Amino acid sequence: MTTLIERVASRFPDAVASSHAWRGDETVVLRREGLIEAARFVKEDPDLAMNFLMDLSAVDYSAFGKGPAPAFFSSSGVAVRPTPNIPDEDPWPGPPSSERFAVVYHFFSTTHKHRLRFVVPVGEDEPEVDSLVTLWPGANWLEREVWDLFGIRFKGHPDLRRILMYEEFEGHPLRKDYPVNKRQPLIGPVN
Amino acid sequence: MPIEQSTTTTTLHESGLATKDMLLNIGPAHPAMHGIVRIIARLEGEEIEEVDVEIGYLHRGFEKMSENVDYNGVIPYTDRLNYVSPLINNMGYCMTVEKLLGITVPERCHYVRVIVSEISRISDHLTCVGATAMELGAFTVFLYMIKAREFLWELVEKVTGARLTVSYCRVGGVKGDLPDEFVEPCRAAFKETRKVLDEARGLLERNRIFTDRMNGTGIISAEDAIGYGITGPFLRASGSDYDVRKDCPYAIYDRIDFDVPIGSEGDNMDRFLVRMEEMEQSMRIVEAAFEQMPPGPVMVDPGTGRPIPAAEMVDLAKMGNIAAITGGCAIAGPTLEGSSRAHYPSTATDEKRAFLPPKEDAYGNIEGLMQQFKLVMMGHGIRGPLGEVYFAVEGANGELGFYVVSDGRGHAYRVRVRPPCFAIMSALPELLVGDMVADIIPTFGSVNMIGGELDR
Repeated sequence: MTTLIERVASRFPDAVASSHAWRGDETVVLRREGLIEAARFVKEDPDLAMNFLMDLSAVDYSAFGKGPAPAFFSSSGVAVRPTPNIPDEDPWPGPPSSERFAVVYHFFSTTHKHRLRFVVPVGEDEPEVDSLVTLWPGANWLEREVWDLFGIRFKGHPDLRRILMYEEFEGHPLRKDYPVNKRQPLIGPVN
Repeated sequence: MPIEQSTTTTTLHESGLATKDMLLNIGPAHPAMHGIVRIIARLEGEEIEEVDVEIGYLHRGFEKMSENVDYNGVIPYTDRLNYVSPLINNMGYCMTVEKLLGITVPERCHYVRVIVSEISRISDHLTCVGATAMELGAFTVFLYMIKAREFLWELVEKVTGARLTVSYCRVGGVKGDLPDEFVEPCRAAFKETRKVLDEARGLLERNRIFTDRMNGTGIISAEDAIGYGITGPFLRASGSDYDVRKDCPYAIYDRIDFDVPIGSEGDNMDRFLVRMEEMEQSMRIVEAAFEQMPPGPVMVDPGTGRPIPAAEMVDLAKMGNIAAITGGCAIAGPTLEGSSRAHYPSTATDEKRAFLPPKEDAYGNIEGLMQQFKLVMMGHGIRGPLGEVYFAVEGANGELGFYVVSDGRGHAYRVRVRPPCFAIMSALPELLVGDMVADIIPTFGSVNMIGGELDR
């Protein structure tokens, strides 16, 4: 019994950059050129049969591990050490690449009851990946949401509009450089 | 696709009468739009030709906020995702973080979570079916179902201390065990609920006004539904039997015998029938869980049983009167019932770095106080390993998934929710086009759109 990762990796040796199965979530890191072919393969291959595109989202890795140091309680003059990390024998390999964004796809198969995750790193200069709307119509709104909140474009998307924010909204709020407390004027009815 | 005003066309018929298609705007604030969502429809006569759905009116930035508070701080926000069944959201989020941290919870805690989340599922379905029936004219059914929901919310209130924004689960456990007097009130509430369901069936199932508007409207095939990512009762009504509880069992669902009802037509009537049957199955799950559940603490341990009100305990501790509180049991008020030291082994993980200490320890000794401090103070808190996990539970509307990325700090690096009704709403144009204007009401009702989880 080959794993899902091996099946995808043996079929697309050039497109697969790396893979891991941390906490049992089988994950394939794909180069973006190979995304649409690999997605079609996992959907149509009878051993994978991923008929569900369960979720599509993105992560902005630009602030990963760069947060402020843990605060210390210093009013008494005694530094209280933060809780030590919960140990992990089999560590996660880390962010998928040095690129800023990663688009994350979660697939599920109702025939085999297995899940697979695709991670596609996307650079900041040209944040664009291929759209999966032709394979799963449900990708339409999910990709609009990623465009809205992260500013990642989807090539071939029929209707890439904002979905949760309003058209006049400036910026992409889930990017790490968008301040959490930033306010923008509310826009009234256009007409 | 966006609909432009200029796309409306005028057609001249043979009879010499000109007809013009019409744009109809429904919402955002419309009584049938369950919260705020806007549907723009292009009509040819009474038939819907094109639909555009606008969402986002209730966007609160859940995902952004979750990146800025500690792991347990997200739980009150999850209450506000699907506010009709908040306990399922609590459970889904906590189980995701537990998977990330690699910690397990005691068996009784699993049972407690399953019991409360099935009660929530019933109340969610009651609301959905009741509201749909009301919009089709059956106001009595709505009142009956809200009455039944009231019985269930009283149970929720007994367990959590709140009715709507419960914040009951914790990463690594639950806030407190079930109250001592719970099984009997629960059985009584189910008896009432079953009576209400019978009455509702009698009022609806052969009611021409209801059945004529539900049968054959809002049809979607199983393949199309899967393509849109639709899960839950909505998908099962189309004939696919995917249910997270059966197919990817979590907690203790693999030990409980229950049926997954499926429909055949995929129309509004099937979705109504599937939801009605699921409520019965949820009650069956709760009753089976009561039978299997390992017992909690029978009585407070007699050696540590001397009850002291928590406020008094704090004062004694501040004065340094340790002798007076040693071996005492804090009485922490009704909202913290079931969270005393005796209940801990059965409802909380033994990983001390992830779970708050019992109130006796937090108030009564320095180790407990430090543990509490390190978990709740800003900049401290649970520190997970680096990693990313996805975990899904069966929400009332379908697969409720959480995707959490951690960079080893006290709060998540990224929290993503897969809201089940987002997928259904994205299929709404497909469901509505070709039907009549009046069919928007039953179809939209059976979607069970919940603004909180749709817009986050």
